[in-house]
Amino acid sequence: MSKLEFDVPAKGGFSFDLCKRNEMLMKKGVQPPSYRKTGTTIVGLIFQDGVILGADTRATEGPIVCDKNCEKIHYMAPNIYCCGAGTAADTEAVTDMVSSQLQLHRHHTGRESRVITALTLLKSHLFNYQGYVQAALVLGGVDVTGPHLHTIYPHGSTDTLPFATMGSGSLAAMAVFESKYHEGLTRDEGIKLVTEAICSGIFNDLGSGSNVDVCVITKGHKEYLRNHLLPNPRSYVSAKGFSFSKKTEVLLTKVTPLKEKVEIIQSGEAMEE
Amino acid sequence: MSIFEYNGSALVAMVGKNCFAIASDRRLGVQLQTIATDFQKIYQIHDRLFLGLSGLGTDAQTLYQRLVFRHKLYQLREERDMKPETFASLVSALLYEKRFGPYFCQPVIAGLGDEDKPFICTMDSIGAKELAKDFVVAGTASESLYGACEAMFKPDMEPEELFETVSQALLSSVDRDCLSGWGGHVYVVTPTEVKERMLKGRMD
Repeated sequence: MSKLEFDVPAKGGFSFDLCKRNEMLMKKGVQPPSYRKTGTTIVGLIFQDGVILGADTRATEGPIVCDKNCEKIHYMAPNIYCCGAGTAADTEAVTDMVSSQLQLHRHHTGRESRVITALTLLKSHLFNYQGYVQAALVLGGVDVTGPHLHTIYPHGSTDTLPFATMGSGSLAAMAVFESKYHEGLTRDEGIKLVTEAICSGIFNDLGSGSNVDVCVITKGHKEYLRNHLLPNPRSYVSAKGFSFSKKTEVLLTKVTPLKEKVEIIQSGEAMEE
Repeated sequence: MSIFEYNGSALVAMVGKNCFAIASDRRLGVQLQTIATDFQKIYQIHDRLFLGLSGLGTDAQTLYQRLVFRHKLYQLREERDMKPETFASLVSALLYEKRFGPYFCQPVIAGLGDEDKPFICTMDSIGAKELAKDFVVAGTASESLYGACEAMFKPDMEPEELFETVSQALLSSVDRDCLSGWGGHVYVVTPTEVKERMLKGRMD
């Protein structure tokens, strides 16, 4: 009997079977595709009660903005959030993966997750792939040992800092932090500073734009302020809207009615033997 | 030459009031030569879920076959159809699995979820999901499509108005792209019916 190759769900991890074909195509002069990046300005800072994370919301594909309101602050654990810059698929996949690993770990140990656990899981995965998984992350959270803020670079190195910025707009945001950050910020001062830093990235860096997302994490409590500030509204929308005088020519139309879903309610007596 | 420009394609999906529309062009080419004018790029996965695949034609067909296989297995095990959000996660996982040797496809997923709420989503070739509330585009004509949809889109359109908007956006964008066109194929899906229409476009 011949050995059949089934397309069963793989055991996980990456599959390299198309690599040979793609290399052959590249030798023939075909350029590899460009992936969706998150250009980005992501920041984090530690204030007196915890951690505040901030991010812009623009996703780019080359020079085109493909998503004007994407989410860059990813959930890792109820007390830990992570902002991601770099290749969008990599940041989403790596944060989702570590988030599930943390949840299993929480079930296993019966304790709240610690930020350094997430840090170690992320850095070992990224180091394992030697920087090919292009995810630059700002990880922040509050656990039993206090508030923590870390940055993780695509090759797997990490830094532990009181305030951090990453992404193409990191220089613009860091300029704001360096001049205005001080220890012992209150919640409102912290949110204002984070918003200012992200706005600096939005207006000065071409890879960042649209709105500001903020996440405030304190002991036992978190607040995800999605679209906290909208400094770029669409003010030029015409009230009339578009109207088409000449209709599109249709060659043929096929209408398929959809079956209504019928629910069967168990009723009646059991069958007699 | 980019691998996505080998076959050429244009795909767009838009959300309306309790309905959605998904549209594609009909050309299949080998660089600048057209070899078919009736190539199918939108596939129906189940009653209320459509998948459009742009990019390299061979990868699109292979990916479609793998997804249909996985969906049929799911139907056998769960005894129901997959929700659009779940299907989007499945496509994303299949594409990310091939992160370092990817399929050269950009999928557009459109479906009616719970309570007939329309769901649309697109991804890049390695599975980075983009969930939009208004419209999503993919293919070689995507830059023109972004512009056309941005200008023509209105929230909460009825099915007939939605069809008109999607068709106008698609036809005007493919007219500015050499690699896509030769007509259009539009599906407008409401909770009660699926209307499939073939559009007459410029055949150049």
